[in-house]
Amino acid sequence: MIQVQAVQPEKTTESSVVFSVRDLNVYYGEFRAVRDASFDINENEITAFIGPSGCGKTTVLRCLNRMNDFIETARVEGKIEYHGVDLYDPQVNSNEVRRRIGMVFQKPNPFPKSIFDNVAYGAKLSGRFSKSEIDEVVENALRQAALWDEVKDRLKASALGLSGGQQQRLCIARCIAVKPDVILMDEPCSALDPIATARIEDLMQEIKKDFSIIIVTHNMQQAARVSDRTAFFTTEINPESDRRTGVLVEVDSTRKIFSMPSDERTELYVTGRFG
Amino acid sequence: MTAVELSSNDLRSREKGTGSLVLGFGLLVAVTFTLLSLFVLLARIFTQAIPAFRERGSDFITDTIGSEPGISGIWPGLFGSFGIGVGVLLLAVPLGLAAAIYLEEYAKPTRFNRFVIVNIRNLAGVPAVIYGVLGLIIFVGWLKPITNGGSVIAAALTLSVLVLPVIIITGMEAIRSVPTGIREAGYGVGATRWEVTRDHVLPYAMPGILTGTVLALSRALGEAAPLIMIGAITGLLPETSLTGKFTAIPMLIYNWSGRPDSAGGAIGWSNSAAAAGLVLLVLVIAFNLTGVLLRQKFEKKRVGT
Ligand SMILES: Nc1ncnc2c1ncn2[C@@H]1O[C@H](COP(=O)(O)OP(=O)(O)OP(=O)(O)O)[C@@H](O)[C@H]1O
Ligand SMILES: [Mg+2]
Repeated sequence: MIQVQAVQPEKTTESSVVFSVRDLNVYYGEFRAVRDASFDINENEITAFIGPSGCGKTTVLRCLNRMNDFIETARVEGKIEYHGVDLYDPQVNSNEVRRRIGMVFQKPNPFPKSIFDNVAYGAKLSGRFSKSEIDEVVENALRQAALWDEVKDRLKASALGLSGGQQQRLCIARCIAVKPDVILMDEPCSALDPIATARIEDLMQEIKKDFSIIIVTHNMQQAARVSDRTAFFTTEINPESDRRTGVLVEVDSTRKIFSMPSDERTELYVTGRFG
Repeated sequence: MTAVELSSNDLRSREKGTGSLVLGFGLLVAVTFTLLSLFVLLARIFTQAIPAFRERGSDFITDTIGSEPGISGIWPGLFGSFGIGVGVLLLAVPLGLAAAIYLEEYAKPTRFNRFVIVNIRNLAGVPAVIYGVLGLIIFVGWLKPITNGGSVIAAALTLSVLVLPVIIITGMEAIRSVPTGIREAGYGVGATRWEVTRDHVLPYAMPGILTGTVLALSRALGEAAPLIMIGAITGLLPETSLTGKFTAIPMLIYNWSGRPDSAGGAIGWSNSAAAAGLVLLVLVIAFNLTGVLLRQKFEKKRVGT
């Protein structure tokens, strides 16, 4: 089993590429959910995925850390390179992939364990920290996730006793503690109030120097506020069946997507006249 | 804007008709009937068992089977039942749990696997006597070199097979009830399938698994039919051993209940049978209580103390 190696990424003009996705097609059984998506994700940037419901944002996101392996019917075609390594190479260890490419889910999903154990879990599994280091890892992760002050006196208390916003920040801390390279966030703020949302957005700006982040969001302002680049997906009538298939319309700098997108569909969507 | 017109009738309960009265009465009768029959059963066991305990005291537990109710005890039966219980715990529970984990977490939903699962469900409904036939052929016959024929070991094996489907099915249901979010959270930080199963799925499913275990154990301790098939004896049994002749409490109850009470002694066989039944009842209740306590412990853990 070869480990995914952080091959020295080649420098492009802007910044180096973390993911290079070419002709990605994703099927659920016979149904093609995403058609021919090709895009690059840059290092230490925040990329937003936007688009109407059902256009395949979650599906594409879950391909990037092989989370789709757990959906029996899902099938991935095309090429996804992570720092130059083919993610779907049979010799790649998918657990190692998920350790390097962390994920924050739409619904906060803390383990039914203590706050400390939640954050420590992945770090402990990775086997890269000694027992005495774990305390420090947990504290740092909680600080980075802007949760430390609220929970430092009750680390042994159940994570389920936290509020929704706190739980989501805990999930971010749990993700950070593993020291991933990329963080995938699937609508991380959809269950949160504006204050908790603002905290998580601040947090993203804070941590983007250490991680590359991809965030799926339905909130156009959020995409405009936090992201450097934006990918717009939409649905199209499928040539092979009458169900709608997700397609990637364009990827560009967030400013360009929101001010003068090259595709008309993008403009209709970001100005709120469609979807 | 029009105000909402609300008459005083709109919020009144509609549960006043004759239909709901009849339903309520019917339910009450059902509950009463159930409780009453349970009460009669318990009362009869108690009143019948008390003379036996008064006459025999703790000797009833520690004595071997005698030719008269007045000198008879249940020790060989206890030994056999204990052996069966331990066998089920050591054999059927780990095996059934492993099967449940495999079928839920690892097996792909192929046609063949679905077929297997359906048949495990069917096996749970197969009458106990049939398992007795199976035990007689396989464990008493083919595996004689290991079991030495109709021994406690053969009985434990037979009853383990009998309760295996129950353990697998309850285990699978417990595992299936674990929220996907917890699994994905584990995978999301790089845990392997086994690590997720061990650290998150099993602890979360433990209360349900324990319920299945208690159910299976109670069932195994109460069965007499398969034991008759594999040759549990009901006469005198001075020696207890793992590989020799054996009996179990349900066998004693079954056999003693059928014997005529002689006019002579202070107690009859029916008293001994009732007393043995009471012992079995206490055993099963003790197991259930242990199960409930363990459940609570795991449920507390689930919330994360
Ligand atoms: N596990 C699955 N099995 C079958 N079809 C699925 C599965 N998950 C998603 N789909 C289908 O794939 C398409 C894309 O779904 P996906 O969840 O990726 O959309 P999305 O863009 O994330 O939508 P939303 O914004 O509502 O979250 C949809 O048509 C959906 O019905
Ligand atoms: Mg989605």
